[in-house]
Amino acid sequence: MSATLLLAQLLNGLQYGVLLFLLAAGLTLVFGIMSFVNLAHGSLYMMGAYAAAVAYAATGSFAFAMVAAAGAALVLGLALEFVVVSRLYRRDHLDHVLATFGLVLFFNELVRIVWGPQPYFLQVPDALSGTVDVFGFSYPSYRFAIIAAGLLVAVGAYLLIHKTRIGMLIRAGAQNPLMVAALGVNIRLLNAMLFAVGAMLAGLAGAIAAPILSVQSGMGEPVLITTLVVIVIGGIGSVSGALYAALIVGLVDTLGRAFLPMLLRQVAERSVADAAGPALASMSVYLLMAVVLAFRPQGLFPAQPR
Amino acid sequence: MINANLARPGTWVPISLLAGLALVPFVATAAGQPFWIAFFTRIVIYAIAASALNLALGYGGLVSFGHALFLGLGGYAVALPSFYEVGNGWLHLALCVGAGAAVALVTGAISLRTAGIAFIMITLAFAQMGYFVFVSLKNFGGDDGLPIAHTSRFGPLDLGSPLALYGVSFALLVLVTWWLARLRLAPFGMALRGAQQNARRINAIGLPVLRYQLAAYVVSGMLCAVAGMLLANLNAFASPSTLTWAVSGELIVMVVLGGIGTVFGPLLGALAFLGLEEVLKGFSEHWMVVFGPLIVLMALVGKRGIAGLLDVMPGLTGQEGWIGQARNDKILSGSQPK
Amino acid sequence: MFKLSRIAVGAAFCASLAAQATTIGLMAPLSGPQALVGQDQVDGFMLALELLGGKLGGQSATILKEDDQLKPEIGQQAVRKFIDKDKVDAIVGLSFSNVLMGSLPRLAESGVVAIATNAGPSPIAGASCKANVFSVAWQNDGAAEAMGKLAQDKGVKRVYLMAPNYQAGKDMLAGFKRFFKGTVVEEVYTQVNQPDYSAELAQLQSAKPDAVFAFYPGGMGVNFVKQMNQAGLLPKLPLYSVFTVDGTTLPSLRDAAAGTVSGAMWDAALDTPDNRKFVAAFEAKYKRTPSEYAATGFDAANLLDLALRKAGGDAAKLAAAVKAAGSEFKSVRGPFRFNNNNLPVQNYYAFEAVKQGGKVTVAHVATPLKDHTDAYHAQCALK
Repeated sequence: MSATLLLAQLLNGLQYGVLLFLLAAGLTLVFGIMSFVNLAHGSLYMMGAYAAAVAYAATGSFAFAMVAAAGAALVLGLALEFVVVSRLYRRDHLDHVLATFGLVLFFNELVRIVWGPQPYFLQVPDALSGTVDVFGFSYPSYRFAIIAAGLLVAVGAYLLIHKTRIGMLIRAGAQNPLMVAALGVNIRLLNAMLFAVGAMLAGLAGAIAAPILSVQSGMGEPVLITTLVVIVIGGIGSVSGALYAALIVGLVDTLGRAFLPMLLRQVAERSVADAAGPALASMSVYLLMAVVLAFRPQGLFPAQPR
Repeated sequence: MINANLARPGTWVPISLLAGLALVPFVATAAGQPFWIAFFTRIVIYAIAASALNLALGYGGLVSFGHALFLGLGGYAVALPSFYEVGNGWLHLALCVGAGAAVALVTGAISLRTAGIAFIMITLAFAQMGYFVFVSLKNFGGDDGLPIAHTSRFGPLDLGSPLALYGVSFALLVLVTWWLARLRLAPFGMALRGAQQNARRINAIGLPVLRYQLAAYVVSGMLCAVAGMLLANLNAFASPSTLTWAVSGELIVMVVLGGIGTVFGPLLGALAFLGLEEVLKGFSEHWMVVFGPLIVLMALVGKRGIAGLLDVMPGLTGQEGWIGQARNDKILSGSQPK
Repeated sequence: MFKLSRIAVGAAFCASLAAQATTIGLMAPLSGPQALVGQDQVDGFMLALELLGGKLGGQSATILKEDDQLKPEIGQQAVRKFIDKDKVDAIVGLSFSNVLMGSLPRLAESGVVAIATNAGPSPIAGASCKANVFSVAWQNDGAAEAMGKLAQDKGVKRVYLMAPNYQAGKDMLAGFKRFFKGTVVEEVYTQVNQPDYSAELAQLQSAKPDAVFAFYPGGMGVNFVKQMNQAGLLPKLPLYSVFTVDGTTLPSLRDAAAGTVSGAMWDAALDTPDNRKFVAAFEAKYKRTPSEYAATGFDAANLLDLALRKAGGDAAKLAAAVKAAGSEFKSVRGPFRFNNNNLPVQNYYAFEAVKQGGKVTVAHVATPLKDHTDAYHAQCALK
């Protein structure tokens, strides 16, 4: 195990974490403020990826593809909020689960009807398709760019939430939504905008991930589960919590996958390590969450208590 | 079913469905279509699993996103002895119930330290951990699953035979439904349902909410494991894919679709979910594009699932519907039904 | 797209009373990351059927399709449906190794002829071989063995192995190691359908092997090769692969796959008259280049056609007829026959993806294994 390998894995973990943050930011706000369990968040991620793929195929411009993905996800988010989500705010969480589960099935099948079952192709833009030399190690420039972009979004989100009036309303809503409504704020509009912005971030994450992963039906579900884990660890309703938790989860998952099997081989015999290693690595994120929940159920960085 | 009123659609529809299910083996054999026996066995088994979840979720208010863990445990409780050529049904059952109870006790005790979304996620975490454990067991098939050569034999009764399996599953479903209906109104059930509404009050009365909830969770886990055992016998196969969160999600959808906390909800939900899937498949291979919105519609209508919808429909006497619903809800607050 | 439904089955029943029609169950993964594989098999089969005038063995054929979603449980239900409800004469396809193994008990018990077009796991090649279960595709280890032999012949010293963690993955790496006598630097099994290989690729880089051997079918292959490319590892590091760079993944990979060498029992580049006709017909109808999965689907239909003719409508004789037909029917891959274990004896070729004038095409570069029998057939009790 060399230092350059460790560095490369750290960068990988950071990149994965940043992608998770883009997804978690929207989801945690929707859950925290509107108390709405949105399982269809993964589908918004998927639709963003497809929108980017289509836009890229049509224009050949990666920048345009990004914009198209964000725009499409925004519009889709607004539409969903108006048609389905807004009618379910007062209901039980389980009704949310049922409705968004149906939406997931619908979007997965819709995508298959329109684009077929095969993975869609989106290429990394030429400007970023090379590698960067990191201490004698080649690291894909595109992944570097993802880290940079994600951190930019994180900074932007911080400024938005802590330095603007809207951000103040959001923070207040995360602490006490009823009071915010009672103070005369148009909570309906705020909710709709919040849901749409969350959707936009998810769509953007899908567009960013598309060149690395294949764009296909059902790509949202695995990432949704990890995102749920992130927001629970970070604390529902807290964007800063989502950021830290996303980075932690990204690092734990990547480093676990990379080094646990190796470490196990030092202490156990090879066949046992080979069998248990990948299992433990996959479990690592869930173990982390279980431990966090057992000792600090409100999350590591919760929004201020009500 | 103390206040069972056969005039209400909420009662006679599910009972007629059960009667229909009882006739399936005879009709299918007569028509020379054994496929339908296997098809309905699957529905019955999932109805049992959904009933188990209903105990924890509907009565106890414990939203478990990890019940697939018990389903999988039950399956492997058959597959692992079968791998070692042991086909004794009693051993399978003992292993199944024992493992289900033990795992439910441990995971339940830990999970119940949390509430709300944290509870949901921690149950999910346990199911995922179970999934990865079974995937890593390469000697027992790992990701590919483990075929079962020796199905559960209880003396002359072999669960590998489709008719025997259907009979046993159906009998179990009827028993479980009846038992849960009685439990709903028994002191244990009342305390549990009361705890769902207001745990503090129940504690104040002197009933230890945590113990009731843990007991419910453990029973739920054991029952779900038995369903898993039946499922493994049906498929002659145990696979880690039974332990994925998607299966847990489907169970929740079945319970909610049917009607959370109702007596016949799980049966209705399983029938609707799996039955509709099969019907729609016949029309198009893109059936999910219709199935999805149907589920969304169900959620939007929100009259407590199918059971709730049935309750709202006017009964044969004309006096039922909302009144009957209200009458049901009065039980909890103490006033006697007529 | 509407699957032929109850109407077709009803018609088939009425027709079968007059012994004039045959019903075939076609099962493949038609959704999920491996949908490409399933779709190609179905398309290859249906193309052959069309070229045979819609008839198999001289009888009009009804094809019932089922999607197993690459899940053994669903595959089992589909097989059960085919056998008990639809009462098919034969089942074709049977998806990936894990789904096939899940349905095996039911298939063996029923005696219905089953022709796998995408799998040949070592158990059914060996001790668990069944008289009515055939693979018209390959024994899983075969293509990998060819790559092992190629690497050995080329003098490669240190190889890094990667595959997904399921039966076929293990079979592939075992096959490679059987013929490659150099040093195996590392043997890595990743999660099935894992999308991101950044962690594993970083390990790979630091291990500095001479070459990489990988098995990542369908969507996994697209991700893996693309990411290898993005990490700057291709074309620096020779990549030997099986089922990773093929007809299903090349359209998505394009330039990223240039320089890679893959082993298979077939590729569109194979220059035989039968194959040229098949490729031309496939491209004309489906507007894409066929993969080896389409070729096996195509071959399965032609094999069934001949076998049904031989059996003359007698279901009990169909299995033996299929076995005999194996040596006689014209396969697009070249020489073909069934071994005692009902698995193929065939050539395994090496193909290289080359960049030619802005496009990436595949060229046949070697034939490491000719008339190759698998390593497990001796354990099979069949003759």
